[in-house]
Amino acid sequence: MAELEARTTTGADHARPLSPHLQIYRPTLTMMMSIVHRMTGAMLYFGMLLLAWWLIAAAAGPNAYANVEWFMGSLIGRLVLFAYTWALLHHMLGGLRHLIWDTIHGFDPAERELLTLATLIGSITLTLVLWVVGYLVMGGPR
Amino acid sequence: MLTPARRVRGLGAAHSGTGHFWHQRVTSVAAIPLTIGLLLIITALLGRSHAAVVQILGSPLVAIIMLLFIINTAYHMWIGVQEIILDYVHEDKFKLLSLMANTFFVFATGLACVFAVLKLSFGV
Repeated sequence: MAELEARTTTGADHARPLSPHLQIYRPTLTMMMSIVHRMTGAMLYFGMLLLAWWLIAAAAGPNAYANVEWFMGSLIGRLVLFAYTWALLHHMLGGLRHLIWDTIHGFDPAERELLTLATLIGSITLTLVLWVVGYLVMGGPR
Repeated sequence: MLTPARRVRGLGAAHSGTGHFWHQRVTSVAAIPLTIGLLLIITALLGRSHAAVVQILGSPLVAIIMLLFIINTAYHMWIGVQEIILDYVHEDKFKLLSLMANTFFVFATGLACVFAVLKLSFGV
């Protein structure tokens, strides 16, 4: 803060002080997860196109559906779906954390760190579990 | 002195200031069971033939969960992206165009999904 004031008050052009933004703070877990919550939300927004494609193809017929199956089965398709699964679960758990915070609970330094870490570990674990179950349902990787 | 403020003075607040905040909370609570439902449905459909997928997606309970998920998510993501745009896009022209594009995107994808599920349910 002192650095910021010094820079603005000794400047020859009398630059007005700026409100500090993201780049001036030391990154913290809660801050990073706040950003990730927004990022996963934006990812899911465009992921809606995939859901639409899948449903339209299923409604259109076997040929259109075969195209979706081909893409989802490809390496890029699987990576996209894996990222989609994680984004969905992370955004859901992050939202749950925000709902808890909305009730004015879990704001202690230890509690908020625990909640934030839990959403991160939880989303990664659930994603892996879901994919293992998915592969078991399909009878192993094809 | 005549300013536009004169016309609204005394009328009080619009009482819709927290509307989107509250709707985002309502849709997020609804999204939790609906997302779990969607993940279960998708897992159940993995590796199945087109005919089986059509039959399952078109069955009433599954179709209703899908429709609820789509409509709830569409509204949730419309509010969310509007909030992102209002936070980061400051230039008037570009802001208005982004807000419009958000609405178009949400209606187009939402309606496409709803139509597809209805077609799977009612056939033809």
